[in-house]
Amino acid sequence: MPIRPTFMRDVARLISHAGPAVLSVSALVLVWEAYARVSGISPTALPAPSRVLVQGFEQRDVLASHTLATLQATLFGFSCSLCAAFLFSVLVDFFRPLRRALFPVFIITQTLPLVAIAPLIVLWFGFGLTPKIVLVALVTFFPMLVALVQGYDSTDRDIEALMASMGASRRRIFVAARLPSALPYFFAGLRISITYAVVGAIFAEYAGAVRGLGIYILNAKNNFRPDLVLSAVFVSATLTLCLFGATVLVQRAAMPWARFEEPKP
Amino acid sequence: MSAPRLELKAVSKRFGDLEVLADINISVRPGEFVSILGPSGAGKSTILQLLTGALSRDGGAMACDGVPLDGNSHRFAFMPQRDALMPWRRVIDNTALGLEVQGMSRSAARAVVQPLFAEFGLAGFERNYPAQLSGGMRQRAALLRTVVQESSMLLLDEPFGALDALTRARMQRWLSGMWTRHGWTVLLITHDVREAVLLSDRIYVLSPRPARILRHYEIPLPHPRTPANSHALAEVEADILQTLLNLEE
Repeated sequence: MPIRPTFMRDVARLISHAGPAVLSVSALVLVWEAYARVSGISPTALPAPSRVLVQGFEQRDVLASHTLATLQATLFGFSCSLCAAFLFSVLVDFFRPLRRALFPVFIITQTLPLVAIAPLIVLWFGFGLTPKIVLVALVTFFPMLVALVQGYDSTDRDIEALMASMGASRRRIFVAARLPSALPYFFAGLRISITYAVVGAIFAEYAGAVRGLGIYILNAKNNFRPDLVLSAVFVSATLTLCLFGATVLVQRAAMPWARFEEPKP
Repeated sequence: MSAPRLELKAVSKRFGDLEVLADINISVRPGEFVSILGPSGAGKSTILQLLTGALSRDGGAMACDGVPLDGNSHRFAFMPQRDALMPWRRVIDNTALGLEVQGMSRSAARAVVQPLFAEFGLAGFERNYPAQLSGGMRQRAALLRTVVQESSMLLLDEPFGALDALTRARMQRWLSGMWTRHGWTVLLITHDVREAVLLSDRIYVLSPRPARILRHYEIPLPHPRTPANSHALAEVEADILQTLLNLEE
């Protein structure tokens, strides 16, 4: 047999899963292309998707270097945010009163409008990498902290009682039971936060930067090049999707048992 | 005669205004299978929590092999109601959990539990995750995790409560056989009268809250119990059931 039947089944499943999304997106792009060509609208107002693609491709070297800067800021900022969130989640888990002291402060950071805070952070930290890291961390820290803390609290009481009956210390119960219990919550938080992280980095660059998709978009807009704005948007969307996909892969690798569990409602 | 493995004397416990245990007197001799039967909410689980050290008593005395039990002693191996297997640990590492907590390395703990897999009907499933096991297998894995701790007594909290009727009957027979062979000392908490009668040497029946020992039954029939005993077992069962039903009135 040239092709394994399981492979055929995988392909069939992929088509049935991704098919509708591919169809709807293609339809949208086609309608857009048709409208841009037929209506005679100026390309400086609404460029056709084909033009966005061609212009973006011509600028690929410039776009790539800006994308790299954004990716760098996103990953640095997000890593810092993850470390801080983990550290605080452990602190809050071991010293309960800290939760009531710290959470209101963190919630306030989530209410700050990015538009207002981004220029200030650039003002305070300059045009380098630091303000991007700070802004990405600001956007993603609290969602990750909440995910972790909720995850710890989701630990099965029976498992904790069992470990306590075995004479396990609090630290041991945390490492062997609470931490693994938090993994599904952690990854759910990660998937959402990674998309925020890209948006946060672009916002910080938009407010002032030497390199990055944000500053590229700002310049393209000021030069009346909506086609290049959209190219950069397309690149940032692709970047976000790739990062999202990476978190899904990491989750699969980190939770090999999850495949066997029944999906939770 | 030697000291009982476990002795509870006039143990009481209250949560605020709620008196849960009034006067609990229980003793378990080494190698004995003893059950505590009671209506739901009578405080069966509270007794277990006192024994695992999750709660501390308000009055009375508890002793293991003549030595008084204080709050933080981990003398007994506890098997909770639901199996409490960790979904992220392979079956072999779940069963070795107690040994690892006692300070054994993972590989040493695996080497201890590995030879027991066949006897517990789990051979070949060492590297699987709990989600891949059937309900009966999960319960057997949980029991294996309990017995390898080599504690002086097993505390079983309604271990088969979540299983379907057929699997439960099969597991009860299997446990009876295992107990006969290994001579464990077992304290079983259950509300299943038939289960208690089938497995136990002696049964304590609790009153509703605040709990005291209402009746005490001895079942001097040999283990494992065969269909030849079923008539005698049914009589005890009917008697206990009547006692519990009379409580309702």
